[in-house]
Amino acid sequence: MDNAKLKELVTGIVSEASFEESKQFLTVTVSPAQLHQLLKSLKERPDTSFDFLFCISGVDIQDKLMVVYHLESTAHGHKIVLKTGTENREKPEMESIVDLYKGAELHENEIFDLFGIVFNGHPNLRRMFMPDDWNGYPLRKDYVDEVNIIDLS
Amino acid sequence: MEEITKPLTGLEKEEEYFINMGPQHPSTHGVLRLVVSLQGEIVKHLDPHLGYIHRGIEKMCEKDTYAQIIHLTDRLDYLSAHMNNEAICLIVEDVLEVEVPERVKYIRTIMAELQRLNSHQLWWACMGMDLGALTTFFYGLRDREHILDIFEETCGGRLLLSYNTPGGVMYDLHPNFQQKVKDFIKYFRKKLPEYDRLLTGNVIFQNRTKGIGILSKEDAINYGITGPSGRGSGFSCDIRKKYPYSAYPYVKFNEILREEGDSLSRYKVRIDEMWESMNIIEQLIDNIPEGPHTAKMKPVLKLPAGEYFQRVETSRGELGVYIISDGAKTPYRVKFRSPNMCNLSVLDHISRGAKIADLVAIGASFDFVIPDIDR
Amino acid sequence: MKDLWIYDFTSLTAAIESWLESTFPPFWAVTFEMVIIGLAFLLFYALTGLILVYAERRICAFMQNRLGPNRVGPWGVFQTIADFIKLLMKELVRIKEADKFLFNLAPFIVIIASFMAIAAIPFAKGLHAIDFNIGIFYIMAVSAMGVVGILLAGWSSNNKYSLIGAIRSGAQIVSYELSVGLALLSVVIFSGTLQLSEIVESQADAWWIFKGHIPAIIAFVVFLIAATAETNRGPFDLAEAESELTAGYHTEYSGIKFAFFFLAEYMNMFIVASIAVTVFLGGWMPLHFWGFESFNHIMDFIPPVIWYLGKTAFVIFLMMWFKWTFPRLRIDQLLTLEWKYLLPINLVNTVIIAFLTMMKWHF
Repeated sequence: MDNAKLKELVTGIVSEASFEESKQFLTVTVSPAQLHQLLKSLKERPDTSFDFLFCISGVDIQDKLMVVYHLESTAHGHKIVLKTGTENREKPEMESIVDLYKGAELHENEIFDLFGIVFNGHPNLRRMFMPDDWNGYPLRKDYVDEVNIIDLS
Repeated sequence: MEEITKPLTGLEKEEEYFINMGPQHPSTHGVLRLVVSLQGEIVKHLDPHLGYIHRGIEKMCEKDTYAQIIHLTDRLDYLSAHMNNEAICLIVEDVLEVEVPERVKYIRTIMAELQRLNSHQLWWACMGMDLGALTTFFYGLRDREHILDIFEETCGGRLLLSYNTPGGVMYDLHPNFQQKVKDFIKYFRKKLPEYDRLLTGNVIFQNRTKGIGILSKEDAINYGITGPSGRGSGFSCDIRKKYPYSAYPYVKFNEILREEGDSLSRYKVRIDEMWESMNIIEQLIDNIPEGPHTAKMKPVLKLPAGEYFQRVETSRGELGVYIISDGAKTPYRVKFRSPNMCNLSVLDHISRGAKIADLVAIGASFDFVIPDIDR
Repeated sequence: MKDLWIYDFTSLTAAIESWLESTFPPFWAVTFEMVIIGLAFLLFYALTGLILVYAERRICAFMQNRLGPNRVGPWGVFQTIADFIKLLMKELVRIKEADKFLFNLAPFIVIIASFMAIAAIPFAKGLHAIDFNIGIFYIMAVSAMGVVGILLAGWSSNNKYSLIGAIRSGAQIVSYELSVGLALLSVVIFSGTLQLSEIVESQADAWWIFKGHIPAIIAFVVFLIAATAETNRGPFDLAEAESELTAGYHTEYSGIKFAFFFLAEYMNMFIVASIAVTVFLGGWMPLHFWGFESFNHIMDFIPPVIWYLGKTAFVIFLMMWFKWTFPRLRIDQLLTLEWKYLLPINLVNTVIIAFLTMMKWHF
């Protein structure tokens, strides 16, 4: 499927999606509430069948905490990128996609650990790399650590 | 660190007890702590605890220039150091639309395949050792020394190479390089059947790995298992075939796929990949074109604002590098999609019902390198 | 009984005994005799342990394409002594929660079991400490006591890994006792006696492994496999599987107590090899073939002790070869091997041997 058809399909499922096209991927930005439903249909529809989630990352950009999903279909070969974000930095919440892609379990733990985004519906959300009683979320841009980070600028 | 006094899900029955495998353990390769909940000898539930070698590489990348990030990527999965470096170089060259000389492409591919051979030799050495055949450790490392000597002459380092740089490679090939590589291939072609005689055909080994840790193709895709572990379950995920880069379009090689999905098929995929690597090197080693060993690059590299993704095939799977740039000379965000982390996430699922000894065999067949998981 | 050109040690031992009895009152004579024998065996035990540890390290090094210890003394022969001194000086870590009495008792039980088994083995004609008429039965019974030591070690360490290792080992040793016993039974049937010195003397015309042809070879192979499993060595060493359980049942032992376990393992290997040699390969009997008188006389020139030690060294080399070549078996595969394969083979073999002996179809 090419990008134009994918755009049509996605707008059919979620009407408020916004799109960006780059040389490599088609990027779809939706709100956190619609993400799970969109992913579910993209995965289960036989004409898209995005069954391979090959990257899931957290990004802290322009005061928004975003999660980026890179998906590929092993049957058809097309790729798509989904992004959601929230402005709420005190208690950011998203829906977990572990029921769709089981491999996302450890990755969502990592994003919770480093960004603080809580995933609802995750079977075992806990800190992954940092010690369990650590304060703060290291990969956020406003993270300050007097002891461990030496800022030479 | 809080004391783990009971397993985490709380669903365990009375007769289950849990043990810690790691963080210091002879057969988890690296500092991995597995909290295993057992009933007698049967594994009921498994939980990986990570972070013992978390160095904050992704955070450090935000303060380094693109040429400096190369040195950090070495330390991710150190047994695929060359491919990790290549990923960053490919992104930068792609975005800045720099045409690398042909010589560079050939050198990069030959070095990548030597690195893959190197990594699989170490994997074989450790797999035998984990299963009790302690002699395989020495045989694998003895053969690996030849490749490390070749690396040392040209790149200056044995394990952490930092040989690639955006635009080309750091130094030109040593004059002995071609001859040494050809000698090594001749030598290793005779040694690899010895590996089969020592371990693959052994009845004890086959009983320990056949039918153990079966991973179906759907699970492999769902969990994102790539590399030889995924190909052992029939998931065709070789980036060298799907999205070829460097000199891979110029060579003919087979993608090794097996259907059974157990530890023995993952083992055999890696052994066959060693043969294929040697074929690739042989096709390239005599035809390295002459030319400069690096293209002309600006002294300060700035990627235009945007998001870029590059996938390479490391010895363990698909490494994805996701860079978000805002036009400055350091990236805004770098994310490494680590193949080992995805491979680790399936360990719980496939070891339920296996015994402790099987857990060791499964872990060895997946070939984890923990610094890649923790970054 | 043919004329053997072999020195008979009974004359020497009888001379010592009569000297003791003439010089001292009876109680002291017996006591001194026991002390002399005890010291001789202790010395032999320690020396053999030293040599075996050094031999293992050298042999495994050569198999692994490296040199092994070659610094301490010429060709590294004093390496084991250096290791021993180091182990003596290590701190004896006291475990707080461990059952102290059992914890300290366990290594001694293992050593005592192997010590008692060595006493019955003939090193040359007349050179043995005990010559029961139930020799083989005695050895089997006494070496089975080692299991108790291992189980105690695992239990009293208060450590999950040790417990798993000890229980695995207990199940393994108890199962393989059966195969060992049945394999030895085959030669007992052939020779008609349980007494070890008589079994050796019955091999004066040829060793049982040649006289008993195919069934004896089968019994020998089964015995070798079962004996390797008995001593927790080789492909059956999951009780102390380094890469799974980090040393298993002797994880918590340090210093001299660990040295006891270590030594006992090598001595058990020596004992089991000695039994194999005595029963199947002729013990101290030189290589004779029926009827080749001149050949037999030439073979007799090599002293029997050398024959015995040489054959034992060969069997020990085989056992070491196993360990460094094969991967490890899992516990259920090990028990399957015993109960589903070795035991039926053994039983059928025993019946065949009984039939052969009745029909006198052996040499």
